[in-house]
Amino acid sequence: MHDFSQAKAAYEKGYGKTPERKDGCFKTLSGGDVKPLYTADDVAKQDYARDLGFPGEFPYTRGIHATMYRGRLWTMRQFAGFGTAKETNERFHYLLEHGQTGLSVAFDFPTLMGYDSDHNRSRGEVGRCGVAIDSVDDMSDLFDGIPMDKVSTSMTINGPAAMLFAFYIAAAERQGVKGEQLRGTIQNDILKEYHAQNSWLVGPEPSIRIITDIFKYAAKNVPQWNTISISGYHIREAGSTAAQELAFTLADGLCYLDEGVKAGLNIDDFAPRLSFFFDVHIDFFEEIAKFRAARRIWAREVKKRGAKDPKSMLLRTHAQTAGVSLTAQQPENNIVRTAFEALAAVLGGTQSLHTNSYDEALALPTEKAVQIALRTQQIIAHETGVPNVIDPLGGSYFVEALTDRLEAEAYQYFQRIEELGGMFPAIDTGFFRREIAKSSFVQQKEIETGRRKIVGVNAFESAEEREQQTQLLYVDPKLEEEQKKRVQKTRATRDALKVEAAVRNLDEACRGDGNVMAALVDCARVRVTQGEMCGVCRKVWGEYRKLAAV
Amino acid sequence: MSETSSAAPNRRHRILIAKPGLDGHDRGAKVVVRALTEAGYEVIYTGLHQEPESVAEAALQEDVEVVGLSILSGAHMTLFPAVMDLLKQNGMGDVLVFGGGIVPPQDIDQLKKAGVGEIFTPGTDTNVIVKFLDAYFAAKDARK
Repeated sequence: MHDFSQAKAAYEKGYGKTPERKDGCFKTLSGGDVKPLYTADDVAKQDYARDLGFPGEFPYTRGIHATMYRGRLWTMRQFAGFGTAKETNERFHYLLEHGQTGLSVAFDFPTLMGYDSDHNRSRGEVGRCGVAIDSVDDMSDLFDGIPMDKVSTSMTINGPAAMLFAFYIAAAERQGVKGEQLRGTIQNDILKEYHAQNSWLVGPEPSIRIITDIFKYAAKNVPQWNTISISGYHIREAGSTAAQELAFTLADGLCYLDEGVKAGLNIDDFAPRLSFFFDVHIDFFEEIAKFRAARRIWAREVKKRGAKDPKSMLLRTHAQTAGVSLTAQQPENNIVRTAFEALAAVLGGTQSLHTNSYDEALALPTEKAVQIALRTQQIIAHETGVPNVIDPLGGSYFVEALTDRLEAEAYQYFQRIEELGGMFPAIDTGFFRREIAKSSFVQQKEIETGRRKIVGVNAFESAEEREQQTQLLYVDPKLEEEQKKRVQKTRATRDALKVEAAVRNLDEACRGDGNVMAALVDCARVRVTQGEMCGVCRKVWGEYRKLAAV
Repeated sequence: MSETSSAAPNRRHRILIAKPGLDGHDRGAKVVVRALTEAGYEVIYTGLHQEPESVAEAALQEDVEVVGLSILSGAHMTLFPAVMDLLKQNGMGDVLVFGGGIVPPQDIDQLKKAGVGEIFTPGTDTNVIVKFLDAYFAAKDARK
């Protein structure tokens, strides 16, 4: 038998004799160096019981459930929404008929920014990149024929998260479904809006006030609801590295935790309802390592803050394949990219997954493209054998070394945020936005200099490709006019006295210390529109413009 | 550098990069601002969430020759014409308008017919945009 160190030294000497490929890019997508080979030396400091543990056991590196996908597959949840509630309701029925197991609502920009469809700023945007929801009437149409006590729904909404959650609760009441029966998630992660996604309603402090009011309201009235989905996805899509995505997202999560405790909540009463949402990009092993590192850091940090309930320490996450990895050139290649990314998410142990459609660098996806995306997940689930073994890459020298490295990089960022005075001062100085923009520019340059190859973009381009036109989804501009009439009809056919009282009550809650979420549910019941609700918030707290040009 | 001095493009021109509408996707706009600035152009960035009126106003105030609109929300068929009409009303009908974002090929054709100089889709090399502007200004300077 060879001695390990001798054999390793001999291997390394021999390796140096053969030149490496000149065109190789031996770095992760995030720019970290990757060695040709990883061995036991790279994980020598790891302690199995302390750093990995068993699935369903602290620190959950190997997965949050003891049985993982052998007990239950991940939820296949495709993000969908366009046009009016009617068009999106049809797409929802289509997805449910094709075996999708949860719903996920994409809203249009007026809804995301808190404007009604007939507002001047909504021109041309209504129903364009999501569904237009102005009031509880639209929410009822969105769930027409879909039992709200049976389906779990995720809503990507942040600035006006409380308003859309209120519509959901009120629409469920119309179906005879009670708050305690509702299951789902609101994204409600305002911090990453200031870092990257840019759909905010008011400034950070009042936003946090609304969020903690949601935590309080939901803990009592909608206990199965995930009141926040702390999102790295948008940070990554805006150009961050994997380490930045990991660090900023977890820093945001810890900020919500600390603010909840400051607002008087018991950590174990709301921490179990916090969930996460990560990007799953094209660098296969780095992404798998990211999910594993995220679980470990979260478990340790939550425990450090005094949580006793193991459920508080579990990092439950949704994942979505990387929109930015899709190319407008040779769009069918995106099917392959998405499949690799989806596989990484499953190997990383995600709880739910959205796979992008191949045509999304060009337009919203067609039904055919969405079906292929969903089938991709079903093939991984039922044909590849991958879900049969829990954390199958655990113990891989490379994956473990990457997991440790990402964890260490995240802690370096936590340190820097602290040095800047914490989350709010760091936001204020534009720290996150600048860090992300820097990384984004580095990546762009890597592609433009040809150091990193993207098939169909800077390598293997095909000349005739402009000619082959992909069939794309077309959103009829007439829908904007229809939706404007619908919101006007809602305003014209409601009880004006009740509306006035509910809006006054909301205004008072915002100015005083009443629960804003409870006031919003009352508004939703009497058909106050979301533009009107958000208008009250803007009036009380002012519009936030500070970071718009950073 | 392989460029000879006689062929070196004149980049002493002012360009406005704008994000009209409610769309918050600003990665592309920021990358383009930085690439054009590094190439030597004088670039002004409006920031997010601009109304067409404020974009046209900024174009006038900053006295730019080119306006680049970044739109990834699908509102391009409304916002491009809106900005162009307002530029005309401001007596700036000769300003070149170009753009970038998630825009389907059919819409690109239609917008170009309506006078938009070019639309760059995801995956575009920023050097392509620089060259496009170089060529535009070379032709414009030659007409003087």
